[in-house]
Amino acid sequence: MKPKVAFYWCASCGGCEEAVVDLDEKILDVANAVDIVFWPVALDFKEHDVERMPDGSILASFINGAIRNSDQLKMAKLLRAKSQVVVAFGVCAQLGGIPGLANLSDAKGIFAEVFGDGVAPVRFHKENGHSLSLPEFFDTVVALDRVIDVDYYLPGCPPTPKIIGDALGALLGSELPPKGTVLAPDQALCEQCPRKDTRPEKLLLKEFKRVHQVVADQQTCLLAQGLACLGPGTRAGCEAMCIRGNMPCTGCFGPTSRVRDFGAKALSALASVIDSNDEAEIARVLEALPDPAGTFYRYSLPSSLLGRRRME
Amino acid sequence: MRIGIYICHCGTNIAGTIDVQALASYCGSLPGVAVAREYKYMCSDPGQELIRQDIRDHKLDRIVVAACSPHLHDKTFRNAVALADLNPYYFHMVNLREHDSWVHVDKLAATEKAMDLVRAAVRRVKWHVPLERRQVPIHSEVLVVGGGIAGIDAALTMANAGKHVYLVEREPTIGGHMAQFDKTFPTLDCAACILTPKMTAVKGHKNITLWTYSEVQQVEGYVGNYEVKVRRKPRYVIEGLCVGCMECIQACVFKQGKTLDEFNLGLSKRKPIYIPFPQAVPPVVVIDPEACIEFKSGKCKKTCVEVCAERNAIDFKQQEEIKDIRVGAIILATGFDVFDVTRIPYYGYGLYPNVYTSLEIERLVNASGPTGGEVVLRDGRKPQTVGIAHCIGSRDANTNKYCSRVCCMYSLKLAHLIKEKTGAEVYNFYIDMRAPGKAFEEFYNHVAEEGVNFIRGKLADVYPEGNGGGRLILKAEDTLLGMIRKIPVDMLVLSAGLEPRADSNEVRRLFNIGCSGDGFFLERHPKLAPVNTFADGIYIAGCCQGPKDIPDTVAQSGAAAAQALALIDAGVVELEPNTAYVVAEACSGCKTCIALCPYSAISFTDEKKACINEVLCKGCGTCVAACPSGSIRQNLFEDQEIFEEIEGILTYA
Amino acid sequence: MPEAFEPKIVAFFCNWCTYLAADLAGTSRIKYAPNTRVVRVMCSGRVDPQFVLDAFAKGADGVLIGGCHPGDCHYQEGNYKALRRFVLLKRLVRQMGIEEERLRLEWISAAEGERVKTVVNDMVEKVRALGPRVPASRKEAA
Repeated sequence: MKPKVAFYWCASCGGCEEAVVDLDEKILDVANAVDIVFWPVALDFKEHDVERMPDGSILASFINGAIRNSDQLKMAKLLRAKSQVVVAFGVCAQLGGIPGLANLSDAKGIFAEVFGDGVAPVRFHKENGHSLSLPEFFDTVVALDRVIDVDYYLPGCPPTPKIIGDALGALLGSELPPKGTVLAPDQALCEQCPRKDTRPEKLLLKEFKRVHQVVADQQTCLLAQGLACLGPGTRAGCEAMCIRGNMPCTGCFGPTSRVRDFGAKALSALASVIDSNDEAEIARVLEALPDPAGTFYRYSLPSSLLGRRRME
Repeated sequence: MRIGIYICHCGTNIAGTIDVQALASYCGSLPGVAVAREYKYMCSDPGQELIRQDIRDHKLDRIVVAACSPHLHDKTFRNAVALADLNPYYFHMVNLREHDSWVHVDKLAATEKAMDLVRAAVRRVKWHVPLERRQVPIHSEVLVVGGGIAGIDAALTMANAGKHVYLVEREPTIGGHMAQFDKTFPTLDCAACILTPKMTAVKGHKNITLWTYSEVQQVEGYVGNYEVKVRRKPRYVIEGLCVGCMECIQACVFKQGKTLDEFNLGLSKRKPIYIPFPQAVPPVVVIDPEACIEFKSGKCKKTCVEVCAERNAIDFKQQEEIKDIRVGAIILATGFDVFDVTRIPYYGYGLYPNVYTSLEIERLVNASGPTGGEVVLRDGRKPQTVGIAHCIGSRDANTNKYCSRVCCMYSLKLAHLIKEKTGAEVYNFYIDMRAPGKAFEEFYNHVAEEGVNFIRGKLADVYPEGNGGGRLILKAEDTLLGMIRKIPVDMLVLSAGLEPRADSNEVRRLFNIGCSGDGFFLERHPKLAPVNTFADGIYIAGCCQGPKDIPDTVAQSGAAAAQALALIDAGVVELEPNTAYVVAEACSGCKTCIALCPYSAISFTDEKKACINEVLCKGCGTCVAACPSGSIRQNLFEDQEIFEEIEGILTYA
Repeated sequence: MPEAFEPKIVAFFCNWCTYLAADLAGTSRIKYAPNTRVVRVMCSGRVDPQFVLDAFAKGADGVLIGGCHPGDCHYQEGNYKALRRFVLLKRLVRQMGIEEERLRLEWISAAEGERVKTVVNDMVEKVRALGPRVPASRKEAA
C-alpha cells in the first residue's frame, strides 16, 4: 500500500503547485512512491472524498497558502484530522506570505479598495428558493499554524525543487525530524551566496538604492552596492537563486529559528549599517525604502509580533 | 526551579510606600518561587545570612532581591550568593526604591508597579546560567593628565609608592593656575614657595616621566590595560640639551617682547623664544612659531642659536612625536578656566581700562609678575580706591548657577594685599560671605578689622564718573543699609568664578566619562565616590571635578592616587561577564556585525564566521541587536531573558 | 463607568546614563507618574526592534527608549546605532497603526534626574490621551 499524500491550496497564488510540477522528472518518482488522494489543481477528488476518509489515513498533507477565509479554515481543519503529518508548504502557509500584507487593512477596507462603488460581495443570497453562500472573508490573514497543528514547514515563495525533494526524502525516510522543524538550513542566506566574499568586512552604507535605479554589478555583493538585500536575515536553502539572477533577496525563506520577528531583525541589520549619526541624514537615506512594512514584512506580516495593523 | 525572592523594606524607604507584605505574599504565589520573604534591611549581615541560610535549607537555585538600585548592591548580593556556593549570576536584582518607592506617591500604583517588576524578575531569572568573572592582569604604570597642583601631588604620591607615572601637561611647564597665584588664603603663604619644591620633586623623581607641552590624543583599552597615544608638541628646543640659562631669550633679535604673555594674561609681552616663568619645570625654553621670524620668513640671524653654540639645543626642524604608552589607571587633573567676564558687558571689562579680573590682579600683586608686585593702574599710578566685586559669573541664572567656592576667600585675600600694598580704600561688594574652611572665618574677621569696607549687595552697574574725573562709579544696593550706594573707585577687580575648561567635552570623550549639568567631570557618587568615574580605572581630581580651593584639591588628588594605587596593587581586575559571543554554527558570515563594534572586538575568521574577542568586548550588545539571523548572544542580557522581562511586566501570571 | 485608563509604558534604559538618571531622580525624591516599567540594558544599542514590537504586542501602551546624549555613549556609538534603527522602526510602527507618541527615543544623561520626570510625565499624558493601544472592546486576531 503506497502512502497517501494530499496537496491543498488556501490563500495563495498557485506558485507552490507549480513548484511541485517543477520537480520535472522527479514528479514521476513521487507519483510512483505515493498515492495522491487530493489535489484540487490537478486531480478530480472532491471535498466529500476527503470527508469520507478515515482520520489519520493520509500520511502527509502539504498545505500551501495562508488562511484568510472560512472555507480555507474548514479545509485546513479537515485535512488536519485526516492526516498524520501536516506540512506547511511555502511561506504563505508558514508565515502568512504575500497575502498576509492584507493585514495592513481589513475586510471593509479591502472591499472598498477593490470594489469601490461597485457591487461588493454578499455572503448569503437567496434566489428562486435556493440559497447561495460565500465563505466569510476574515479581517485578518493568519499563517496555517494559527488554526491547526503543523508538523513541518517548507519555506520559500515557492520552495525550491531542491528543498521540496529534500523534504520529501526526509519525510519518506526512516527518521523524521523533530516536530516543528523548518525543513531548510538554520543559517542565513549569506552562507550559500556566491557573492559572499565580495562583501567588505566593514560595510557601512551612505545610500540605499532601489532595484530600478541601478543595473547591479553581476559579481559583487548586492548589499554592498546599496540594494536592500535581506539575505543576512533570511534562512538559506534556496542556494541564492535571486542573487544569481542579479536581484536582491526579499526574504521568502523567512527567519532562522533564533529570530522571533523577521522584519524587526532585517530592519535592525540594514539600519545599523547606515553611515551617519545625524537624524536628518539617516531619515534622508531611508527615503530609498519607501514602504518599510512591504519591504520587511513582505512574506511574514501575519506571523510578526504585531501580526496586523491596528485600524483606527 | 526553586527561586528565593526577598523584598527589602529598607527601613521605611520602601515599606513606607509599597505594601511589602502583600508583595511578598504575591511573590509566593508565582510559579517557581519556593521562598518569598520580606525583611527590613536585606543588605545587612543578617539579611545576607537569611539568603545564604535559605539557599542551604531550601535548596534554592535562583535568588531575586527586590530592594534599592543594583548600582548600589548588585555586587553585595552576588557575593552573598557566592558564599553559599551558588553561582553569583543566578542572582537578579529589582529596583523598588530609586525607581519606585522614592518617586511615586500613590501607594497602590507603587505596589502594582512593584508586582510587575518582581514578576518580570522571576521570569527572567529562570533563564540565567552560571557565569564566571574573567580576571585580567593590571598594568602597573599610571598616567596623570594635567600638571597643576592636583596632578603634581597625585603623581608624587604614586611615584613615592614605587609606581611609574607619566605626567602629561599641555603647557610648556607644570604648575597650573597655582603658579600664577601670589599669596594663598587663609595663611597668606606664598604659592610659589610651596609649589616650586613639589615641581622640582617631580622633575627629579626617578619614577616620573614628565612630558610637558604634550597632550593625550587617543585612549583605547579598558581598566588595567589602557593604550594611550600622547602627542608631544615641538618646542624647537631639545629638552635634554637645554639647561635653562635663558641666554637665547636675551640674545633674541627682538629687543622687546611683542607677543602677549599668556602666563601674565596679556598684561605684559614676551619674545618668540621664551620660558613661561623663571621657575618653570622643566627649565627649558620654547619657541613660538607664530611669532618667530625664522619660522615666518626663514631669514632670521638666529642669534639664539649663536649663543647656544656649545650646547646646540635649538632645533628648528623638530617634529611632533607620538608616544604610545600602556597604563593601568588614569587620573585626570585638568583644572579649570576662569569665567570670561566679557559675558557680562556692563561690568566694563575691556571697555574701561582699569577693570581687571581677579587673576590679573594676582599677577600684579605677584613679585615676579608684570609690575614687579606693584598694584598700579594702567597709567602707572597707585589706586586710591579699589572695588572688588564678588560672584562674577557665579550664582547667576544668566551665566553659571553654582557658587565657585573660592571667590569670597580670594576676594578677601586680594582686599588685604591691595590695601597692604597701596593703602587704598577697598570696598568688597558681596552677596554672602562664604568662609567655611579652617581659619577662614578668622581671616574674614582679620580683613574686616583692617578696615576693608564690605557692602552686602551684588555689583549692579559700572559707569565712568562724570565731569572729567577718571574714576568709575560702582553702583549697588547695600541690602544691610537699605539704600543704593554709588562708590567712585580708581580700580575695579572682578572676582570671576571657575568654569570647566573650554575643551572639557572633547577631553572627557577621549576618556569616555560624563559630565554633570554644569559641565564639570562627573563623579561616580557625590559622597562616596567623589574621585571615581563611571569608567573603571579613570579617576578625577581637583577643579576639573568642580570648583574648590587648594586644600580640597590636594585632598582629592590624594584620594585619586589612593584609588589608583588600590587598583594597581590588586594586580588583577575582574571583568563583568556581560560580553557578547557568536554562536559559530549559526553564523552565516554576513559580516553585518563587524562594522558596528567600536572596539574592533569582532573579527572575521578563516572559517568565514564572525568571532568576538572576549577581552576587547565591553558588553554593549549593539552587535547582538543588529545580527539579523540571531546568531550573536549576550551573557547576562540574552534575548530570552529580556523577552521574559517584557512578558513578565505585561502579562499576569 | 469604566476605570480611568492608566497607560503602561515599557522603558528600555541604558545602564550608564538613563538608568542612573532615574536613580538620581530617586535619590532626589523627584516625583513622577508611576506608569513606566524599566527594563535595564547596558546600552541603548542593545535595544533590538524585536523587544519594542514584543512590548506592543503583549499590551504595552507605549515604549520609551533611553540612551546617552549623542557623543556621550559609554560605548562610543551604541546610541547612534539605536538612533539609526529607531528612525526606520518609527516608520514601520506608524504603518502598523501605532501612533507617533507611543514610541519614543530620548537622550537622558546621568545628571538629568529632573529630565526623567519631564519625559515620563509628558509621555504618560500623551499616551493617556491616545487611549489603550489595544482597546478593551476590540479583540484582534493578532
